[in-house]
Amino acid sequence: MPLKRKIAYINLTTGEIETKPIPIEVRKKFLGGRGLDAYLLYNHTKKGCDPYGPDNALIVSGGILTATCASATARTHIMAKSPLTGLLGSANMGGFFAPEMAWAGFHHLVITGKAEKPVYLYIHNGEINIRDARGIWGKSVTDAQWAIRDELGDQEVKSMVCGPAGENLVAWANVMTGIKNSGGRTGMGCVMGSKNLKAIAARGTMDIKIAHPVEALEYNKGFIDHITSAKVNQTQGTLGTPFIWGATNSWGGIRCRNFQYNQCEYADDMEPERIDEICEETMGPYHMAGCFGCQVHCRAQHKIPSGPYAGRYEEGPEYTSQGAFGGETDTPRALTVLVGNHLVDQYGMDNLETGSMIAWAMELYELGILTKKDTDGLELTFGNDDAVIEMIDRICFRKGWLGDTLAKGGIQASEIIGKNSFDYLIQVKGMNNLHSDERATPGLALNIALASRGSDHLRSRPAIDLYHLPEPVLRKIYSTPIPYDGPLSSEHTEYIGKPWQVFWQENCYMAVDCLGICKYHTVFLGATLPNFEHWPKVLYLNTGLEMTPEEIWEVARRCNMMERLFNLREGLTRNDLKKGDMLNHRYFDEPTRRGAPDVVGRVIEKDKFIKMIDEFYEYKGLDKEGLPKAETLKELGIENEPSHLV
Amino acid sequence: MSKALYINYEKCTGCRLCELVCAVKHDGISNPTRSRIRVMKWEMEGLYIPMSCQQCQDAPCMNACPVKALSRDEELGRVVHDYDICIGCRTCVSVCPFGAMSFNAIDRKVIKCDLCEGDPQCVRFCDRKAVDFMSPDDVSIDKKREAAGRLSKAGKQASALVAEL
Repeated sequence: MPLKRKIAYINLTTGEIETKPIPIEVRKKFLGGRGLDAYLLYNHTKKGCDPYGPDNALIVSGGILTATCASATARTHIMAKSPLTGLLGSANMGGFFAPEMAWAGFHHLVITGKAEKPVYLYIHNGEINIRDARGIWGKSVTDAQWAIRDELGDQEVKSMVCGPAGENLVAWANVMTGIKNSGGRTGMGCVMGSKNLKAIAARGTMDIKIAHPVEALEYNKGFIDHITSAKVNQTQGTLGTPFIWGATNSWGGIRCRNFQYNQCEYADDMEPERIDEICEETMGPYHMAGCFGCQVHCRAQHKIPSGPYAGRYEEGPEYTSQGAFGGETDTPRALTVLVGNHLVDQYGMDNLETGSMIAWAMELYELGILTKKDTDGLELTFGNDDAVIEMIDRICFRKGWLGDTLAKGGIQASEIIGKNSFDYLIQVKGMNNLHSDERATPGLALNIALASRGSDHLRSRPAIDLYHLPEPVLRKIYSTPIPYDGPLSSEHTEYIGKPWQVFWQENCYMAVDCLGICKYHTVFLGATLPNFEHWPKVLYLNTGLEMTPEEIWEVARRCNMMERLFNLREGLTRNDLKKGDMLNHRYFDEPTRRGAPDVVGRVIEKDKFIKMIDEFYEYKGLDKEGLPKAETLKELGIENEPSHLV
Repeated sequence: MSKALYINYEKCTGCRLCELVCAVKHDGISNPTRSRIRVMKWEMEGLYIPMSCQQCQDAPCMNACPVKALSRDEELGRVVHDYDICIGCRTCVSVCPFGAMSFNAIDRKVIKCDLCEGDPQCVRFCDRKAVDFMSPDDVSIDKKREAAGRLSKAGKQASALVAEL
């Protein structure tokens, strides 16, 4: 049974390893994946622990459905205190690692301490060994994975690794698996590096019994048909996420030149059709890859067509790489995006943070806050493709004063650079925003302000807000499973109803992350995709665990509150620009300059925005300061945290 | 004529759903080592190739089996394995040129594709139809068309080159 998968506690300082089962009452409260990780993090770290230090806990997990006969249970979740933000660190990636770890007997790892020398973990059929990694330290993301396979003499081993960026303690270094599956944002690869942990390798041949296999197989077929019937997934399965680029950019939702414009001009060269065209010769007519068990297959495959990396196989680029290395830096050229994407994948660093930091530095250079002396002679101007590529290298290897300074993360860098550089940093809670511009979409702006891991779209974004769906359709979605009779608006420029939508999405995405499935399988980009009413059955047929949609909603609320408790413990205060639920002043002060008629000339109205936050706090059960009310914690059964159940 | 499993690896996305549903269908368990179909990967080339029993006409496994546990089922066009006769010597595993005869180390028995009694689950679940089930007459017709398309494209490019010269 998947419910028999265990937790392993690994102390890298002492080499002690302890394994424990996960009690059923813990499963019912937190399910698994991100939700249970949040509980474990709160219980296994102390207030104010150094994110770079041995006391930080690195938690790795699969969801409760991982490796069962459900669709796309490929996601690996990684959590720790973030070196980038000093608050909650959390990353989620596809690929094949979490299922392999589940077949090897484990759903959660809690890694503390620091190894004396570089090591990696090898998890194999219920056993965990700490192995010498001196021979693979310094290797790129892919080279490290293949070297581990060769060393273990098993080509079926799946590994999650940190790249050179993690070793060099770049504050936003990723955990990576496969070619480009990235546990991005908040620097979980940096935490691996800080622990001298190069990789975790897994190989398993242990059975996972399915509770009701015949029915589970049939239900999965229907579930997959449901998912692949959505137009948005069919398009993703042909072009990958870059299909979004054309629409959002022409509409005016892309950050360009850091935050000066909300649209990137002459960007056709970055369109997925164009990238397909220039890469077609190398990959043939079919060029999409899928994560474990997924029929959306949204990962594009290509070989870099020219330049110093010509012929290298790579996956992506995702929509986020288009924004990071094309839009924000105003270098809208296919080759720059492809090479930038390739480098961050090989180095293991977050594409969004990298692009955003470079664009920020470019704006500071334009303003004279950074000078040619600071850049060691590099002409760090917008539109300079070579400078973008050069800066990726300098940050990863901490070359020069600027590369080293930026690698510390936005807030620390702004304190070192000084002047008013902080005013230009488009971040929330210390993490930079992705490449989207939310000034015309108050719902989306609210999402990034409140996201638990900093400015991020995968925590609570009501992305379907952009489709102008009729109100009855919205009401059906947003009233499942909890009735909602407040206002809802089909207009993306409106403020009413958005707090509930953001609150609903926050719980929806948490539930998905606890189950261990992908967000393309729920109400994220597609309004018709499965949500709370579909999950009880897939959970029951695979694990035997009986839960109602309302109970899964409660789990999601509880887990989100655990994340909030962690952030509050580590210093989150409502209006703090560096550690709070507040946006950069430019959202309120600088109107958008480009885009469609309902986008251009817009700012977020601050008084209305603050009222939205108040309303969101009420739904969540927080007081005006953003602290949980005593009755909320009691209702959710987490009034005595840390409770050390596991 | 009975249908055959037809694998077009160029269409494979490497998701391994076929492995999952094969194991669940046959054993009620999720475990790729129980699957009769396995996807072999060359990740650095983006190349994924599903491998399964070809139900050979002159099957080495059948020829080599010392106790005749393997036989041909003409109706479904497959090679079938009889566990009542099998002695578990794994000779079939050794001689299969595709590695499609597997040994399930948990239950200690050989396993092979049985075409799910005519409704192969790998085919049913594969959205891309990288694994397909079709009449042997049709197996190569799509490939012929694709190859012909490439030839025609090459021909056009060649004539364009000649024209440039």
